[in-house]
Formats: sequence, C-alpha cells, structure tokens
Amino acid sequence: MLGIENLPKLAGPFLKTERKGPAAMIQQFEQDHGGGMAKDLAKNRRVVMPSWTEHEEIKELQKSYSRNKVRTTKYTFLSFIPKNLFEQLHRFANLYFIFLAALNFVPIVNAFQPEISIIPIVFVMSITAVKDLWEDQRRRKSDQKVNNRLCDVYDRKQKRYVERRWAEVCVGDLVRLCCNEIIPADMVLLHSSDPNGVCHIETANLDGETNLKQRQVVRDLPQGSEFVPENYSSHIECENPNNDLRRFRGFMEHPGKVRVGLHSENLLLRSCTVRNTETVIGIVVYAGHETKAMQNNSGPRYKRSKLERRLNMDVLWCVILLLLMCLIAAVGHGFWLSGLQNPIYMIPDDTHPALAAFYMFWTMIIVLQVLIPISLYVSIEIVKLGQIYFIQNDLDLYNPVLDTGVQCRALNITEDLGQIQFLFSDKTGTLTENRMLFRRCTVAGTEYPHHENGPFTSKHTPLILWCAVVPDPQLQAKLNTLSSAMRSPPRQQAAEISHILDFFLALTVCNTVVVSSPTQPRHVQMPVVRTPLRSLEEMKAMFQKLSLPRFPSSLSQNTDTPTSLTKKLFTRGRSKLLYEAESPDEAALVQAAKAYGCTLLGRSPEQVLVVVPGTGPLSIPLLHVLPFHSARKRMSVVVRHPLTGEVVVYTKGADNVIMELAEAAEDGFSREVMERTQRNLDQYAREGLRTLCVAKKVLEEQEYEAWLKRHEYAETSIENREELLLESAERLETNLTLLGATGIVDRLQEEVPETIEALQEAGIKVWVLTGDKQETAINIAFACKLLRPTDHILMETCEARLHELQHEIRQVTKEGVSEDDSSDCVLVIDGRTLDYTLQKELQGSFLELTCCCRSVICCRSTPLQKSQVVRLVRDKLKVMTLAIGDGANDVSMIQMADVGIGISGQEGMQAVMSSDFAISRFKFLRKLILVHGHWCYTRLANMILYFFYKNVMYVNLLFWYQFFCGFSGSTMTNSWVLIFFNLLFTSVPPIIYGVLDKDVSGETLLDLPDLYKSGQNSQAYLPSTFWMNILDAFYQSLVCFFIPYFAYTGSDIGVFSFGSPINGSALLIILLHQLIESRTVTWIHTAILLFSALFYYAFVLLFSLTCVTCNSPTNPLGIETKMMSDPLYYLVCGLTTVLALLPRILCRTFCNTICPSDLVRAQKMERLSAQDYSMSLRQWKENKAAQRLSSRHVPQNLSVNADMPHLTDCIAEAGAVLS
Amino acid sequence: MKNEGKSAQRPDNTAFTQQRLPAWQPILSAGIVIPGFLIIGLAFIGIGIGLFLTSQTIQVQEMDYTGVEKDSPCFRCTIPSNLNCTCEVTFSLSTLFTGPVFFYYGLSNYYQNFRRYGVSKDYNQLTGDTRYFKSRSPEEDCSPYSYDSNNNPIVPCGAIANSIFNDTFELYQIINGTKKQVPLDGRGISWWTDYNIKYRNPSPVNGSLAKAFDGTVKPINWPRPAYELDLTDPNNNGFLNQDFLVWMRRAALPQFRKLYRRITDGDYAAGLPAGNYSLTVHYNYPVLSFDGRKKVVFSNVSWMGGKNNFLGLAYLVVGSLCVVMSVVMLVVYAKFKFSDDDDA
Repeated sequence: MLGIENLPKLAGPFLKTERKGPAAMIQQFEQDHGGGMAKDLAKNRRVVMPSWTEHEEIKELQKSYSRNKVRTTKYTFLSFIPKNLFEQLHRFANLYFIFLAALNFVPIVNAFQPEISIIPIVFVMSITAVKDLWEDQRRRKSDQKVNNRLCDVYDRKQKRYVERRWAEVCVGDLVRLCCNEIIPADMVLLHSSDPNGVCHIETANLDGETNLKQRQVVRDLPQGSEFVPENYSSHIECENPNNDLRRFRGFMEHPGKVRVGLHSENLLLRSCTVRNTETVIGIVVYAGHETKAMQNNSGPRYKRSKLERRLNMDVLWCVILLLLMCLIAAVGHGFWLSGLQNPIYMIPDDTHPALAAFYMFWTMIIVLQVLIPISLYVSIEIVKLGQIYFIQNDLDLYNPVLDTGVQCRALNITEDLGQIQFLFSDKTGTLTENRMLFRRCTVAGTEYPHHENGPFTSKHTPLILWCAVVPDPQLQAKLNTLSSAMRSPPRQQAAEISHILDFFLALTVCNTVVVSSPTQPRHVQMPVVRTPLRSLEEMKAMFQKLSLPRFPSSLSQNTDTPTSLTKKLFTRGRSKLLYEAESPDEAALVQAAKAYGCTLLGRSPEQVLVVVPGTGPLSIPLLHVLPFHSARKRMSVVVRHPLTGEVVVYTKGADNVIMELAEAAEDGFSREVMERTQRNLDQYAREGLRTLCVAKKVLEEQEYEAWLKRHEYAETSIENREELLLESAERLETNLTLLGATGIVDRLQEEVPETIEALQEAGIKVWVLTGDKQETAINIAFACKLLRPTDHILMETCEARLHELQHEIRQVTKEGVSEDDSSDCVLVIDGRTLDYTLQKELQGSFLELTCCCRSVICCRSTPLQKSQVVRLVRDKLKVMTLAIGDGANDVSMIQMADVGIGISGQEGMQAVMSSDFAISRFKFLRKLILVHGHWCYTRLANMILYFFYKNVMYVNLLFWYQFFCGFSGSTMTNSWVLIFFNLLFTSVPPIIYGVLDKDVSGETLLDLPDLYKSGQNSQAYLPSTFWMNILDAFYQSLVCFFIPYFAYTGSDIGVFSFGSPINGSALLIILLHQLIESRTVTWIHTAILLFSALFYYAFVLLFSLTCVTCNSPTNPLGIETKMMSDPLYYLVCGLTTVLALLPRILCRTFCNTICPSDLVRAQKMERLSAQDYSMSLRQWKENKAAQRLSSRHVPQNLSVNADMPHLTDCIAEAGAVLS
Repeated sequence: MKNEGKSAQRPDNTAFTQQRLPAWQPILSAGIVIPGFLIIGLAFIGIGIGLFLTSQTIQVQEMDYTGVEKDSPCFRCTIPSNLNCTCEVTFSLSTLFTGPVFFYYGLSNYYQNFRRYGVSKDYNQLTGDTRYFKSRSPEEDCSPYSYDSNNNPIVPCGAIANSIFNDTFELYQIINGTKKQVPLDGRGISWWTDYNIKYRNPSPVNGSLAKAFDGTVKPINWPRPAYELDLTDPNNNGFLNQDFLVWMRRAALPQFRKLYRRITDGDYAAGLPAGNYSLTVHYNYPVLSFDGRKKVVFSNVSWMGGKNNFLGLAYLVVGSLCVVMSVVMLVVYAKFKFSDDDDA
C-alpha cells in the first residue's frame, strides 16, 4: 500500500492523538500483560478458548458471547404489528393524523363518523407497513440462506470435523475451511495447508476489493502437515468486538505462559473467501453479530434533502393556515350562536357560545385536516423510488466494460443532485484512471526519460498495454553490464550500477504485491521444473567486480534457504505473472522493475523471490515489513541482502518525506545526487507525474538487534499498538541514502475536461482536493481544463500570504468582477497552509478569498482536511456540496458532503460503501447532475407545490361553506368522497407527474449547462412560488365555490346536491391545473388523468346508485345521478373550470411570451428542427459569453503568481511549526 | 476485459426506461392561447346569451307573507297567542303564467345545513324498520328529540322531522268576486329515489299503519302523528308523506325554497291565466324568533331549472373576458414576437 492518496480512513483522527514517550509505552505494555487471566477478565477484553475447554469460568463467559446466527430482520412474526406501529408513530405526520382520528371519537367535536376519519391514517400506515414487511421478508430470506450454509466444525466427541450450519457455530469452535469457501465467522488463523503458514483471502464481499490479501498463521504455532486439535489448548485474549476492519489486537497465551501477539494479519473475517490455499483451520473469536463484517453493516443512509427541509417549513405554514382558518370558524360560530334565540332548527343546548366556539375549533380541525397533506410524505417516497428507478436504468450511465450502472445507495436525496453548488473532487482515480504507468525515473541523480513510453493519447489503447513498460536504452545498457560484460567497469560507474541495482531491488522488494498466475489455479502447486540457481560463487565474483565497499566473506545465511519454497515459487516462473497490489502504484513499479529484468517471482511472509539481471532467482529473507501509513507516507522493508548479507532497509515513499529523511551524506556525490534528484522531481511534478522516492539504509547488526527488541514489544502489545509500531518504524527510517525517484503517470479519465467544463458552466464551483503535490495537482488541473492558460494562479502557502493574496485579489476584483463564477483566479493551497486556514480566526478570510476564485485546488491534504474543507464550505457558505472520490481517503469527505458520490474504481469499494450514489466513471457525473439532478429537483419541487395547491384548494371549498352554515362544521360533501378525494382520486396524477415530467430534454440540458442554475437557485420552489400557489388555490376555491353558490342560491337545492357540482368542478380544475403545469404529456399522463377522472365519477355514481343506508346520515342515494342528468351541472362545471384556470393560463402565457425563463426558451428551442436547433444553440452560447464578458473586467497582466523561492520559504516555515 | 456475455446489469433500452416516450409538450405561449381563448370566449358568449334568454322567459311570482310589516296581511298571525291563524295574500297576474306552474314555499335565514341539525334523524327508522322505533342505537343522533318527557320514543325522531314546515296554503282565482279554488297537485313533488327506495313505511299491522306506530309518540311540534299527516289521502301518510320527504331533504343554503305543490290539473293545466288570485295561508310556522322570512313562490321551469340570470351573465362576462384577453395577448405577441425571434 503506497501512494500518497491511499491514506486510510483513520489517519485523520490518529494524527491528533497524543504521542507517548517510549517509557509510557512500555508501562502501557506491561499493564496489558499484567494481571491474572480469569480473575481479571476486564470488561473490555474477550477470552476465547477452544470450545472443549475445562475452565468453568471461561466456559461461562464464552457462552455469553454472541452466537453465529444472524438476524438482520427488524421484526418477528409477533413483533411486527406493535413494532412497526411504534416506528411509524415516530413520524410527526402520522402522530398528527392519529390525533385527528382520535379527536373524531370525541362526541362533542366529531365531524364525521369516527370510522371514516381513520381511513386516511390506516391507509397511509398500512401502505408503509406493507412496504416495511416486504423489505423485511427479503432480509429474512437472505438471513436464512446465510444461516443455513454449512461448514466443517471440529467435534471433540467424534474426534473429527462434522458439517454444521453456520448458525450453530459458536465462539471457541475450530472451523476448517477449504479453498473458495466463505468464512463463517471471524477466526484467528491457526493452521494453513501452505507450508509458510500463509493463507489468502478475498474481501470482495466485505469491501469489494478483489485483490488477494495475505493472512498469516499465529506465530510460534507448530506448523506441520497435520493440525491436531487436541494438542491445541492455548487461550486467546483479544479486544471486544468493534467495527474496525483493519484492527485486531490481542495475544495468544500458550500453556507455558508464552504470549504471542495477534493482529489483523491473523484474523480471517466473516464473509470473505479463502483463496489460493487448500485448507485452513481457525478458531472462532467473534461470531454472528459481533463479527466485524456485521458490525460494519449499517443500513441504508438517511439524509434529509434541502427540498425536504424547505417542505417541512411549508408544512408548518400550512399548520398555521389551518389554525387560522379554524380560529375564524370558531369565532364565527361563537358570534353566530350568540345572535340566535332558540330558532326551531337549533338543537336545544345549554352550551355557552364561547364553549361551543371552542368545540367548533376542534371540529374544524377535523373538517379541514386535509390542508396538511397527509399523503404527501408517502407520495414523495414513491416518487423518489420512481426517480431512482430511472436513474439506475439510464443507459448513458452504464459502463459496459465493468458491467455496472449507477448505484443509488441513498434513497431520499435524488433532488439534491439538482441543487449542487460546490463540487469537491478527489484527483487520483476520480479525475484520473488510477491506472498507473511507470513513465520515467531518476537513479543516482541521472534522469532516464524513457522516451519510448510515449504518452498514450489514443483512446482505444487496449488495457493490457497499460502495464507494458519499454525500458530506457541507456538504463538498460548500464544494467546489462552486470550480467553480460565480465570486464570491470570504472569505479565511478560501478558505484552507479550498484545504485541502480539497489534501486530496482527496492522497487521489487519494497511493496506488498501478491504474485499469482492466471493460467493455473492459485492454490495448485506444480512440480518442480526449473534451472537451478547460478552458482553463488559466480555472483560473488560479479559483485567483486563492482568493488562494493563491504563484502562479506561468507554467504552462509543464504544457503539455508528452504529449497522447497524456491522450487514452488519457480513453478510460476515462466507462466505469465499477475501482480495484485493494494495500490496501483506498487504494481506499476513492480512491472517497471520487471521490464528491466528485476522480476518479482513470489512472496511469502519470510522471503521474497526475485530475479536480478545476471543472476538466476534469488531468495531474499524478509525480516520486517513496515507497511504504509498515511502519517509516515512511506513504507519500508527490512531484508537481509542476498549478496552482501547485510541488513538493509528499503524505503519508498512520498518525495518530500524521503528527501527530508535522506540526510545529505558527507560526500559531495550524495549531495549532488539529492540536488539533481530534486530538480528531476520538480520536473516530473510539472509534467503531472506522481513521484515517489526510493531510499535505502544499511544497518549494523547491533543497531538492528537494538531496534528489533523495541519493535517486538510494539508488535505484541494490545493497547496503543499502532502508535508503538509507528514510532518503531520512525526510529528505523532515518539516515536514508537516496537511491532515486520514479515518475508514474496516471492518465485522465475520458471526457473529464468536458465534464468539468460543463459543470463549471452550470455554475458549480469545482474544487480539487488531493494528496498529490502541488505541481502534479496543477498539471492535472490544466489537463482537465479546471485551469485555463489565462488564469491567475494564486499560490497560498502560508498565513502571511493569505492576507497578501486577499489584498491582491481585491485589486483584481475591484475592477469589475462581481459575479464570482466569472472570476479568473484559481487558488492553489497546500495541506500545511490548509491547517492554518482551517483555524477559526482565518476561516472567514479564507472563504472570502475562495469566493473570489473560480476554483480551488488543495494539494497534499489529508482525509481529515478534506472533510474539514467540505464542512467549512457547507456550513459557513450554506451551500449544497457534493463530494466525489474513489478511495478510502475520500470516505470522510464523501460522508461530510450533502451528496456523496463514490467511484467504483481501482481502489476498492470503501468510497462506494459510504456514498449516496456510486458511478463508475467521472464523466457520468455530467449526466447524473445536469440531467437527472435537474429533473429530479424540478419534478419533486413541482409535485410538492402541486400537492400543497391541491389540498389548499380543496379544503377551502369546505371553509367557504362554513360561512353559509353558521360555521357549524357542516360539509356539502359526503364524507367518503371528502376523504377519498385526496387519498385516491387526485393522488396518482401528481406521482406520475413527479416521476415522469420532463421540462427540458436530456440532450438540451447537456448542451446548455446554464439551465442547471435554475435548480441551484431553487427557482422551482421559492417561498414566493409557494405563496403564489397558495394564493392561486384560494382564488380557485373561491371561484369553485361561489359560482355554484350564485347559480343555486335561492333554489331548492339540497346540501349534498349542492356539493356535487362543486366536487365535480374541483376535480376538473385540479386535474387540468396539473395539465397546465406539466411540461410533457405522454400516454401515461393521459391515461392516469383520464383514469382519475373516471375513477371519481365511477365512484360517486356507484355510490349514489347503491348507498341507501350505508353511510348515515349522508346517504347519497340518487344525488349524483339526479345532478348529472341536469344540464345546469355541466354549465356550472364548465364556467367554474374556465374561470378558475384563467389567471394561471394568462400568467404563464404572458411570462412565456414577454420574459421567458431560460428553461422556457430551451423548451422552445427543442421544437426547432435539428439545423435551427444547432444554430440557436450556438447563438445561446454566444449570448451567454457576451453577458459574461460585459459583466466582467477583462483581467490585465496583473500577475499574482507566487514565485517559487517565496514558496519554499513558506514551506520551510510552516514545516517547522508543524513537525 | 471485454466480455460480451457479461452485461447482466445493462439497463433495458426501451423508450420508457430511457425516458424517451413520445410526449406532447404544452408550452403555453401566445400562439396557442390566442385562438384557444377566442374560441372559448365566443362559445361562452353564445352559451351566455342562450342562458340569459332562457332565464328571461321564466316567470316568477314571489310573495313574502311573514308579516313583519304592520300593513301586511299576515301581521296579525305573528302574534304568538294567535293560534290557528289564517291570513290571505292576494296578487294579480297580468299575463298568462304558463304551466306547469310550480308552487314553492321559501324560508330564509333558516339553517337546515346546521351540522347538528343535519345529523338529527335516524335513517333506520325512516326505512320502516320498527326495531329502531323503540331502541335506537346511535342515541345521540336524535337527541334531544328521541324521547318525550314521559320517556316514550318519538317516531320519527330528531330535529329535522320535529321542525317540519307546517304552514298550508290554498290558492283561489278571483273571478268576478268569487273564489275559484285552484287545484294543487301534491303528488310526485319529492325525489323518486326518496319515495321509492330510501324511505319506507313500517309494514302495517292488521292492515293499519297506525298500529305499526304503537308505543311511539309523535314529534313534539307535530299536531298529528305521522300516520295521520294527510287526512285526505291515506297513501300519503307515514314516512312517505310527500311534504315530509321534501322537508327531510335538507337545503344547502340558509335561504332556500322547497316545492309545495304543482299546478297541473283541470283548467290550470296550461298555467295560471291573467287575473286576481288569493292565497289563503294557514299560518303556523314561527320564524320571527330567528329573524327568518317566509314566502311563497310561483315559478315555471325551463331546461335549465328555475330563473337564474346569474349564470347567463357570468357566462357572458367570462366569455368576453376571454375575448378581450386574446386581443390583449395578440397585441403583446405582436410586440414581443420580434424579440422572440432574436433569441430563437
């Protein structure tokens, strides 16, 4: 694991933890190991013994650990109804409606029959319950499948392995697994059929990474061909279950009180697959829900979208409106009552008018309850499901190479995609392919340009070619002198050649690459067919020619290399080697070394098998691997050199780190090498290459011994292990000798520049947050058109500069830049400076500065910084943010942003797992945001507005009627129709509208990214639009009520006959209103609209034909049929509908004609013929460009480029403070 | 890397999933709206003229007989002590009042739509189910008109039945000083569904409807029990009494009229000839306590129902509005069309 970008998720918090001194560490270590075993079973420890253990206390304890049966379902058969009810009642909206339903059971205030008023809430809750049940059923099925899987568990009574269901496995069981079997629980590896005690697992089920990971048998366990369970009686003490996949701490205590440290290398994780190894045996330490896999299994993400927050605001307004209307009715009722003296139609009653008014208030709340859109929340959920269906089914977002489409992991923030204002992008793997190709290198200060490795510009380069490296002739020639020419090279050259050899050796050895061969099954071992090693004497002679300063007389260490290993590894030799690396950089470097003849043949925990030019395969004893850590930004291996026998540390890491550690040696040569390397590094960075430095260090034996002692402490401690190991590694990686540096190219993904350009045109500010160095980042930024040649680049590298830059930028902006997106400045800031700017006092000015810039590039930033930047921008600027990344180092940023997008790429699935949406290429972002985002936002916003309108409009009809019935809560509509009107008759069209409406076609949205701005500014759903809709609803309801009123007043019309034309025209108005608001009408829309209308009429007609006493006291028998046979009904409906819709039609028409919005103009453009379309498209763009130009002062040559010397000063300053 | 067979995840390429369904895009622009408005406007003006003219042909004779004013013929009947008061309202028609003439009584400021009044009845009783005569399940609905002071069940119970309109009218044409009674037809004034389906009399016991009501008492305000509502026609009694049915169908608005009789028979089948008429009112129904008004209305009807000038006028206004708007839009369109062209 190398590469600066691959910082694990934990790096951030870890950096902050206090470093302890060595003394404290040892103390801690002793604490860990002190204390009795059983007595002192502290709560934060877990003790595991084989399940046949006799130790009673531990046996008891072991029983308390979770068993391996998993249950991810939320409900059981019995608990479903109470639990689901309980969960649903947590929703405020549901509570409100239950309150209303309950209110209806109070006789004094009830408005409808109590049974009717519970229909809506029962309807909504049962839909939700059915949905929940269905989801739960799917989980139950998969649980059953998992629990019923079989595995071999050792049975002590039968003294053999027997098949058991996964569910029956418990902690302390010995489990035997074969190749390609799935691991049933978290186990400590006790035995592997591999003679080296190694086992490979594939963690694809866990994190999606398909490369193999190596696991190791616990050290000091007897390794033989057979594992005898009876002989095993050690106990394991380890930490309590947690969800950290990368951490496992504990120790195994053998009967003889010997303790061996356990770490994640020894742990087989549940749901991973055993590969490459015939059989493994492990002891279960965590089972069932306590496994790391299950602990990491968090359900779908729930985020609340911006639109939903807005919506909740407006629901509150509706509540206020409702209260106001009820208050008016209550007061009206009070006054009406007090003005009467026992008329014949009054029910004699002693209630005081004021009290009656109070009762009336509650009655009215029941009558007008529909004002709060109950079905809105359910509808929104359905609409979002529909939108997700369409996003996931988009062919344009489908990647045929990987066979993946877009993956929507969060179900409820689709509309947020349409409102993005800031986009934070990772660089490697997101903008670029993350397919590393070795481009050039510098060894011992000499640059080898590798011209043949020319840039791959062709888009259709076969993927295989990516790994091919054409060796640089000069370097090849130098290396060849090792093997071919027997003459002794000049001394100067000899030193150089040994440098070169060391360089390639380091590239080959210093990594965690796993070698496998595609042509044969990984676990099968072929018979030995291989030429033996070239004689060591020959080698010795060769090295003597090179006159290495220290050359041991004896090479005895090498001779006891287990030949079996050598042979086994050689079997893979000639077949094509496959390198599987955790980071693509490593694979690229190993490939490069292979091209020069330094081939990595195989790797085991103890040794590495390599071929060095001029020699046969060499086995190099691997003493230690100090894995990559984001804080150290480097990795090291400690090996015993195959030829010299010395203990050598090879280190590979970020150039700035290595350069710091590589102390300039006394002699001028080293210093010169360093200077030249630095120059080359700068050059590489300017070309956009990823740079890595390689260094080595030769250890004296005693030095090594001393270090080893401390390191072993660190390895076996339980607490603070990471810290101790880190410290131990840092002690070793000092006084390095620089060998050279490499430049790796990472090609841009296709269509990245176009995508970024489109996003910027859409008004989205694109920031790049990368761990790469400044020059590389700038270079990539140029390549993807984030930076234009005319741009000012503002380098910010220390605090002082911040103010300076602000001043400068003010000067630029003063001259007319008002719109921030048209500014021509790009800020480049590095990690160290970022630390300053993220401090409270500077945040403001930093943001002020960034607001003036078109884009910001943060380089050398840690994952924590990335998320801090996102948080800062999101919280302080109150904007919608989107973060996109592909690696584990982007996880925190993805989680912080309003919308997180993961790219399923080379670096595993961690980013995808934590994202809301996962795509496979950066270019898909364009359509996802510009088209789907826009659609989802406008659709949902329009639907919500329509819902509000619909409810207010309908409810107001009832409200107006109160003025003519003494505010008594009477309705002129049958209560069934009243309830169903919103729930059934008019609820489907808005859903269809929310899923299918398309204001502008996808092609146009892509052609004119400008259109995205309407969503950014929330134009579809502004507070003013909400109130306009409410106002329109009031107007329409007035028309819809008073036209029938005047038409029928004074006549002999009955209560429910009067309601009939009102309902009929309300339905027409509501449906036609939707038609006006729709931007597209397909056959589905037409069918649904017709269906809704027909459904209403069918329902009321059927009701009025059949209902004799079914619905006392409002039996509607004969009403509708009679009304509809009267021409007056149609005359009233026609007039009402036209008059009600008139203002909206007029408004729309005038707006569309006089000052059409961009969206309307785009709609009009779409109607043009193809030729006219492209012409008007061009015109549009020209217009926009002209607008931009006119609103902006063309920048003069006012250069605010920070010059390099200044820069380095700053870095030095900052570095001093930080380190 | 490329594997032709491995595209299981590939979405279907259908017009629906790719959101490419052929669609009509209703952009409301002047070009569409102007002709649309013009057509609607003209159509509405046409309808409006038709409605207005039709409404003009309908004759209405309306007389308030509440007796609030001192000089009004029924003033003396408003004195509460004056029981069984009768008063006479005269009117004259200058032209033939074409038949069939509908005779309504009208009430105003009368809230039949008051919620608690509206629910105060028992449908099960009214369907003739004698089980509900004595023991009523939803006690509250009819309360406090369920039982009288002696705790006898009231049938029909509830406020609506109790408050039935009980003024009666006789119409006379005065020909040369003599009164000639105009026959009033009380059949078929209620809804067909009410008379035939919704309301049922209890099945007579021993051929007597009265026996079916045994053990119940009449509503407090009623002078006679339900089975004696119409002494002249034995078939017009109980719950199937036409006036009762009309009353039970509650009016929507506080100012309403209800059909009382039709004039369809004998000499008056063609309508009421010009001349003087006298209406004898048996004044029983108190309305002054709540400031109500009582009136009688003679009207004939057309295809659109009773006289209603509002609808015709409204159609005319909306129609002209549409036409005016289309003209305005035409002007606007002519003005902005060019700038539109610049963009497009």
